[in-house]
Amino acid sequence: MSRISRYRVAFNTILFREVLRFSRIWVQTILPPAITMALYFIIFGKLIGERIGEMDGFRYIDFIVPGLILMSVISNSYANVVSSFYSSKFQRHVEELIVAPVPDWVVLAGYVGGGVARGLVVGIVVTAVSMFFTDLHIHSYGITLTVFVLTSILFATAGFINAVYANSFDDITIIPTFVLTPLTYLGGVFYSIQLLPDFWQQVSLANPVLYMINAFRYGLLGVSDIPLTLALGLIVLFIVALLAYSLWLLRRGVGIKS
Amino acid sequence: MTALKLTDLRKVYGSGFEALKGIDLEVAEEDFFALLGPNGAGKSTAIGIISSLVNKSAGRVEVFGHDLDSDREAVQSCIGLVPQEFNFNQFEPVLEVVINQAGFYGIPRLEARRRAERYLKQLDLWDKRDSESRQLSGGMKRRLMIARALVHQPRLLILDEPTAGVDIEIRRSMWEFLRGINQQGVTIILTTHYLEEAESLCRHIGIINHGEIIEYSNMAELLRRLHLETFVLTLAEPVLVAPEIEGYPITRVDETTLEVIVAQERGINRLFAALDEHGIQVQSLRNKQNRLEQLFMDLLSEANALRRQEPCP
Repeated sequence: MSRISRYRVAFNTILFREVLRFSRIWVQTILPPAITMALYFIIFGKLIGERIGEMDGFRYIDFIVPGLILMSVISNSYANVVSSFYSSKFQRHVEELIVAPVPDWVVLAGYVGGGVARGLVVGIVVTAVSMFFTDLHIHSYGITLTVFVLTSILFATAGFINAVYANSFDDITIIPTFVLTPLTYLGGVFYSIQLLPDFWQQVSLANPVLYMINAFRYGLLGVSDIPLTLALGLIVLFIVALLAYSLWLLRRGVGIKS
Repeated sequence: MTALKLTDLRKVYGSGFEALKGIDLEVAEEDFFALLGPNGAGKSTAIGIISSLVNKSAGRVEVFGHDLDSDREAVQSCIGLVPQEFNFNQFEPVLEVVINQAGFYGIPRLEARRRAERYLKQLDLWDKRDSESRQLSGGMKRRLMIARALVHQPRLLILDEPTAGVDIEIRRSMWEFLRGINQQGVTIILTTHYLEEAESLCRHIGIINHGEIIEYSNMAELLRRLHLETFVLTLAEPVLVAPEIEGYPITRVDETTLEVIVAQERGINRLFAALDEHGIQVQSLRNKQNRLEQLFMDLLSEANALRRQEPCP
């Protein structure tokens, strides 16, 4: 068997295991974002949104749909990898991969692939929920899907790095709670940054999530506070940096080898 | 061919603890090798380095001629590891644990399932294939790790205390299984605290103490070095005092039990003849201590005494 075939089987095995893992516990992984999103649509979209009026030329509920979908994708891609990889360290079954002839990049691709798969499933479910509240018209399928997948890869990789450094279950909740959630909420999910004073607009530009949400909003609605190429370029740059760092961590055996 | 060759292998942990102080070791192909030593001696560190779980500080590891530094994947493909601690996903079904491990070695799913079925059946786990692995008993978990280690058909199987906490019946069935695997040509390295197990299974032995190899030899030769053995005799009739027999120091433990120290060159036949002359009938006989255990303790005592005599650095 050629080396490439061997790597392909190993990648498929990791990916299949990851998909099976979050599918088995769908009540914990798929259902909650669907319920949370439905509540967001009811409260912010219907009840409060109708009093807000239009934003960037769209009904408020239509304006927040892209951000809410991407917020689910971000948190679920991240959560899948951070919990799965940390759990494999905690239960020590990460050793099954370390002793096997699987290159680091295949291990990383398998886990990130699992995160992307969960992001994809949750994204589809949340999009389906949003259709009960809005008439979703997709401006560009290509851009929507590209931003969707790239964002998922980025946050799945970030989740992997968090899991590598984590030494306790507390460590895998600190970053999502104190970093990821504030960045997402302040990344323009519920508002256009044009509404902010100049100073806070400049501050917002330092938030990487802003670029993803705006690029995704462009894909769905055709409007964005940020130029699309800049947004896509930054996302790709972040992905390359985080993947390189993850591979370096795996090569050094940080958090998994003594 | 040499299955495993360690050259000047060293490991210093981040805390500064020197777990391995430059060990050299060779294990021949198809050997059944015992790596023994007290807790903390460096056995698991050595095994961890060989199986890529631990980064070495210096030295060289070769497995069937493949160098761990330059050809890590070839080394990993040759090795099957049964670690000391349970290290499988406790929530995965038994069959999946084995099939997934095969997948990591690049074995396609259909073939992996066929092999998993074979090994799980051989290790009496097939009925449990759909159970979550956390639901297995301790002995079953150990056997699951053996099935998992064999699924990619390694040439070198390393078992780190595989029978710890396993009852005697299962332990003996595992011995038979391992003997069979070894007869099929798989080289086996075993660490164990049950020295009876090492004596029964292994042909060569290495003893490690404080990160150094203090003994490396053939099991039979090593056992021949044992000069004195203590036997416990159970008597058919009670005796009031221990008989005096020249060359055989005897102690009376209770009225029907005697302990006799027998020098290897004297043998045991003369003892029975002399007891018979004293009208003492022996009902049964056993070693007070396992032979290897006695040697092991002697060797460790010698090595520790030597260490104590060394000047402080």
